[in-house]
Amino acid sequence: MMTTLTNNPPTRSDPRRPARSGGLRRGAARLGDLRIALLFIVPALIGFIAFCLVPTIRGVYLSFTEYSVLGEPEWIGVKNYTAIFADELFWNAMAVTVQYVGINIGLQTLIALGLALLMHRVAKSTLIRGALLLPFLVANVIVALLWFWMLDYQLGIVNEVISWLGLPRIAFFGSEQWAIPTIAFVNVWRHMGYTALLIFAGLQAIPNHVYEVASLDGASPARTFWSITMPLLRPVLALVLVVTVIGSFQVFDTVAVTTGGGPVNASRVIQMYIYQKAFGESDFGYASALSVILFVILALVAFIQMKFLKGNESDLD
Amino acid sequence: MTTQTITRVRKSMNWRLIGAWALVAVALAVTILPFLWMLRTALSSNHSLASNSTNLLPADFSWGAFKRVFGMQSAEEAIAEGGSGANIDFWLYLRNSILFSTVTTAGQVFFSALAAYAFARLRWPGRDKVFALFLATMMIPPIFTALPNFLLIKNLGLLNTFAGLTLPFVFMSAFGIFFLRQFFMSMSREVEEAAMLDGAKHLRIFFQIVLPNAAAPMATLALLTFIGQWNEYFWPLLVGQEENVRVLTVGLSVFKSQSPQGAPDWSGLMAATIVAAVPVLILFIAFGKKVVNSIGFSGIK
Repeated sequence: MMTTLTNNPPTRSDPRRPARSGGLRRGAARLGDLRIALLFIVPALIGFIAFCLVPTIRGVYLSFTEYSVLGEPEWIGVKNYTAIFADELFWNAMAVTVQYVGINIGLQTLIALGLALLMHRVAKSTLIRGALLLPFLVANVIVALLWFWMLDYQLGIVNEVISWLGLPRIAFFGSEQWAIPTIAFVNVWRHMGYTALLIFAGLQAIPNHVYEVASLDGASPARTFWSITMPLLRPVLALVLVVTVIGSFQVFDTVAVTTGGGPVNASRVIQMYIYQKAFGESDFGYASALSVILFVILALVAFIQMKFLKGNESDLD
Repeated sequence: MTTQTITRVRKSMNWRLIGAWALVAVALAVTILPFLWMLRTALSSNHSLASNSTNLLPADFSWGAFKRVFGMQSAEEAIAEGGSGANIDFWLYLRNSILFSTVTTAGQVFFSALAAYAFARLRWPGRDKVFALFLATMMIPPIFTALPNFLLIKNLGLLNTFAGLTLPFVFMSAFGIFFLRQFFMSMSREVEEAAMLDGAKHLRIFFQIVLPNAAAPMATLALLTFIGQWNEYFWPLLVGQEENVRVLTVGLSVFKSQSPQGAPDWSGLMAATIVAAVPVLILFIAFGKKVVNSIGFSGIK
């Protein structure tokens, strides 16, 4: 998915204006509305039930079965889950994923915050914002392949520069300690402009007079940033973090086209592991249990972040 | 303040501004240069890449890579130029990508608009609960539904068909419904009510009044959806492996793994990524402002 957070064109102001009460068509229209509403909603409802609701329930059901696509799923209770908790590869996948998320989110949020401040204060043109958004519009796969080439050990431009500086070449995708940081970096490159735009939108929502008061009081830029910008930006930052962390946990494309999970297990992130279990080993029950766990983790992460960062409260009022 | 301190403040402001612009320049360079490098590599000959690896201009300029991508070279020619010689038909992948993205975008936006209208304007029991349920599914990670959906498509015998590729996307997106519902709710009811007094029915109101007025947000939604679908990799990887339905993103990774014994066909690969990226870039150049301005936060509140 592309954006989850999107701006509505600011047309008319009050979106939640109550429907006019006492209209001409009250009582009689009630039932008629239901019938016409069904007509309007039926395609979406079909899609929703067939490809969202039922699969969700089926996914949970499958996680309690042994199912290799051939034949029928066989109920085995929580066996998949107990097996997962004893599965070293699962713990490795979790560790690798958490490492990825840490590097990816840490770096990305810092850079994006810096870029957003620059967009807000200095480089105000839409053209610059558009240019910085460019990597995000290009497919994950393309970005991954582009960097796979630029970071190639033999011919990649980055290693050419490194060796020109007199430093030893780095096997970015080929060595166990570099694989995850490299993949994290590639995705920082793809997402930094987009994340910056999200934060930028938050900066724009801070009213100007707050800054004016601060500058009248002679506050230094650093002071203004820490005492005004950051606290007022917190709800937006919290949302950005929730969205980016959830996305980050589901990293797959970049890994799939570059390392494929290797070398050895170094970059087998959780979604890669699910994919390999399901489509490599045809173990759909186990893979479903893994995705239930991923789902639970994501829900927890979102919940904790919102709670901890108080994302749904604003200091502006 | 004395004039001295004022000039000092001004000077430090100047330096700060220069520093800030320098950072902007660095960010732009880091963003743009890789794309230039992509183009440069695609226009180079594979054999010259090694000896000429740091020049910004193409090494031994050649259209060969693009010819390989579109199957305009014979296998011998391709191998001689460092290609794999395998039969890769990017025209076909391009067609598939266009078909997949267009069909899913059109369906998703249209059906989401219908549903959004029912959620925004019609009154029916359970409406808000159903809407909340729709919204809640935005939280479900795609992989979670991808496994059962794969099984469903497989059981229906739709693996490697366009139906299988598009079905999970074509009916709705919770985000699309949410996005358009917000807009419909902000639209003035007066015209609709006047039409209703004239005896117009909801369907007519929807098609003749609501849709034309919602052209701008629907275009934005369509643009975002199209870009997202164009870049979709996971689902097509699961159900669309065969040539006749293979989309560009999947085709690209095949291109990479098909490298011959020696070094990968870098210029061919980069030419292929350019072909895959260009449609989105064209859309972005044409409607970039819309995309940039549509990314923000007020919608979530």
